[in-house]
Amino acid sequence: MIRRALSAALVPAALAIALAAEGSGGTPHVQIKQFAFVPATLTVPVGATVTWTNADEEPHTVTASDRAYTSPGIEQNETYTHRFTAPGTYTYFCALHPHMTATIVVQ
Amino acid sequence: MERRRFMQCLAWAGTGLVWAARGGVLSATMVGEAGAAGSDFTFAQISDTHVGFAGEANRDSLGTLKDSIDAINALTPRPAFVVHTGDLSHGQKPGAFDTLAESMKTVKAEKVFYIPGEHDVAIDGGTEYLSRYGAGTYENRGYQSFDYRGVHFVGLVNVLAYKPGVGGAIGDEQLAWLRKDLDAQQTSTPIVVFSHVPLWAVYPAWGWTTADGEQVIGMLRRFGSVTALNGHIHQVLQKVEGTITFHSARSTAFVQPAPGAAPTPGPMKVEATELRRLLGVREVRYTEAAAPLAVVERPLA
Repeated sequence: MIRRALSAALVPAALAIALAAEGSGGTPHVQIKQFAFVPATLTVPVGATVTWTNADEEPHTVTASDRAYTSPGIEQNETYTHRFTAPGTYTYFCALHPHMTATIVVQ
Repeated sequence: MERRRFMQCLAWAGTGLVWAARGGVLSATMVGEAGAAGSDFTFAQISDTHVGFAGEANRDSLGTLKDSIDAINALTPRPAFVVHTGDLSHGQKPGAFDTLAESMKTVKAEKVFYIPGEHDVAIDGGTEYLSRYGAGTYENRGYQSFDYRGVHFVGLVNVLAYKPGVGGAIGDEQLAWLRKDLDAQQTSTPIVVFSHVPLWAVYPAWGWTTADGEQVIGMLRRFGSVTALNGHIHQVLQKVEGTITFHSARSTAFVQPAPGAAPTPGPMKVEATELRRLLGVREVRYTEAAAPLAVVERPLA
């Protein structure tokens, strides 16, 4: 009886996390497309790993505004991942095209 | 020729007989006389070679690089030196710096001066670029100044402190170095400044500006003749502000849209017949101590 109640409680919680991730299959995902990060703001839970995929012919980077982390050059169709372990608002940009800026909100 | 030897050659010219051409007439003068410092010379600017680029906008960026070097080598008189205003490589692609160095060996000039573009330093913060081109620059930081026949040249780096959402930046340390460097120059000395990103606000929405560029321009205002050359935007644009003329340069690799003429900057495909007209190099001529330098565009077609 208690176990079934716990399962019932866990399923909605998992759904909530999946809905926050805005990606296919619940994986937090940002697309780099036409010199922009899509979505510009992504909210993820603490401990989530975000995946970026570059759809442009041009290489881009994912570089923290405070330079805490940076991807190497991401070629077309390549991906980059970064795990966010602490809550906060993390702005980043493309080091090759600095007008490309975006945010990850971790909560 | 490495830099120290080049400077020694200049020093030799300061102690011996110098053949100089002024107004097309050859004459020999003993150095020490006022003549030699004011003699004519030219130099070439090459920019945004983006070695490693193979996108739709130009599938043969190595071919257009070779043609651009041929254009420099065809210049008469031969340029005294060449300045590369950055984006040597495209995103530091593996092998790109080596290929660029091999190509530049075919340039017929005594010396090539380099400054980096963001494509040369964004991936590793400048380690690879400075290991190759830091020697001879101030504290191996990539920026430098030198004098040639009475003209003072300054190479600035505005891509190592790239500002998110803004564009290029010089940074406080380099600004302090620049102030000290320019304080030592006379107002009558012609100044040539080269940078990768434009020092002036060409189009801030695309990052085509330098966050602290106004501070540099402020330091340059007192001089009688300032020529500011840059790359980055892959097109020729000019601006005159008092005694300062700014000239952005073509790329040898690909074209970019005019400010605001497209949703974003970046490689722009043009008609095949147009491409070579929109790529190229530049020749800069110094003819008299007081006159502004003459900037002559040399497109590939």
